[in-house]
Amino acid sequence: MDKIIETDIVIIGAGPVGLFAVFEAGLLKMRCHLIDVLPHPGGQLMEIYPKKPIYDIPGYPSVLAGDLVKNLMEQILPFNPGFTLGERAENVEKQADGRWCVTSSQGTKHIAPVIFVAGGLGCFEPRKPPIANIEYFEDKGVEYFVRNPEFFKNRNVVIAGGGDSALDWAIYLSDVAHELSLVHRRTEFRGAPDSVEKVLELAKSGKIKLITNAQVVGLNGNGKLDSVVIQHDTDGEFTLNTDYFVPLFGLTPKLGPIADWGLAVDKGAIEVNTLDYSTNVPGIYAIGDINTYPGKLKLILCGFHEATLACQSAFKMARPDQKLSFKYTTVTGIEGLSL
Amino acid sequence: MKDTVIITVFDRDDQRHDLDAPTDMGMSVMELCKSYELPVEGTCGGMALCASCHVYVLSQHELPEPTDDELAMLDQAFFVRENSRLGCQLKIREEMEGLELKLAPVSQ
Repeated sequence: MDKIIETDIVIIGAGPVGLFAVFEAGLLKMRCHLIDVLPHPGGQLMEIYPKKPIYDIPGYPSVLAGDLVKNLMEQILPFNPGFTLGERAENVEKQADGRWCVTSSQGTKHIAPVIFVAGGLGCFEPRKPPIANIEYFEDKGVEYFVRNPEFFKNRNVVIAGGGDSALDWAIYLSDVAHELSLVHRRTEFRGAPDSVEKVLELAKSGKIKLITNAQVVGLNGNGKLDSVVIQHDTDGEFTLNTDYFVPLFGLTPKLGPIADWGLAVDKGAIEVNTLDYSTNVPGIYAIGDINTYPGKLKLILCGFHEATLACQSAFKMARPDQKLSFKYTTVTGIEGLSL
Repeated sequence: MKDTVIITVFDRDDQRHDLDAPTDMGMSVMELCKSYELPVEGTCGGMALCASCHVYVLSQHELPEPTDDELAMLDQAFFVRENSRLGCQLKIREEMEGLELKLAPVSQ
């Protein structure tokens, strides 16, 4: 059976702003549950630049992005948030009782009166090469990830790309696949020197068919991929029979399913009212890099402020019968939530 | 000393835009395009991590060599040519007077 989680605020996105929202909600005795497509909290700070110093977090002359996430996790620990990680928030529905139900890509259901969208740049998705019919062949021979190497056992596989993941999978799959071809636009590879050397060795011994200065420009097949068209810089176009085409060009953030939830969107960002960072849909708020309003700055510190005001407003939604009293942590301290 | 230069940007419809570019603000070509509301996303904010500011350099200006980060990103981008650069890595400088650029196609 699908898992069902009930809470006060479902937070979509476990980046710094989503994490800090747990703290502010916790001060108001609201419970939170975070959903993130990445397998770990921290959002782009962990995924893209964990070792980069950030200089504009008040009170920290300099803090590494990874350390900021670690500190935020420690700060919200007393409030015991729940996490659904490695799953994408796919679908939002209003229930008969007025609460929202957010369903993840794996079917986990999250029920709460309030949703905070703290999705940052959006979901990290594979960068797709500009080949006209590539979407038609998805799941019919085009794979953007190597989920299970056994899948490619004794099949013909074409990998495209020149970075570490293309090199690593080419090396690994050269032992698994029947024939493994690696197509790269240039002669040089930018991956780790060890991997580059290994690929060149395997190419020499015939385990990898290395095709450089070339790009995959077309896909052929009827209902399923059976060949790719490769354009070589000097030799022109040729066709290569294959069962699978695996383009590995890294990840890029996309707004993703959030775009279809009926929220007002302007240039890829969710429009909000700066009074409380509410969207055009009552009960759904958008905080951090994913929102837009006149004067918006995409700064972590602004996201913290937005999270704080959104929590005050969310309290009225989640606890319509209770009075909200504003207190300083210097007066009341941190009272954890017992669940 | 003059503190602006003219940088010409051809958009994806080949429309020419002559932009007044300040040299004293540490501004990048990506930020310049955004400030003139040209269709440049600059998703990653200028960290050479998304290639949404990918441009072709049309004129013969001597530009600073790309860093490893920029080359690594260009390796993962599409429609890359010999004259490809990331706008976010091109800080506007006096030597860029008359620089001509073209916005690269948007990839998915």
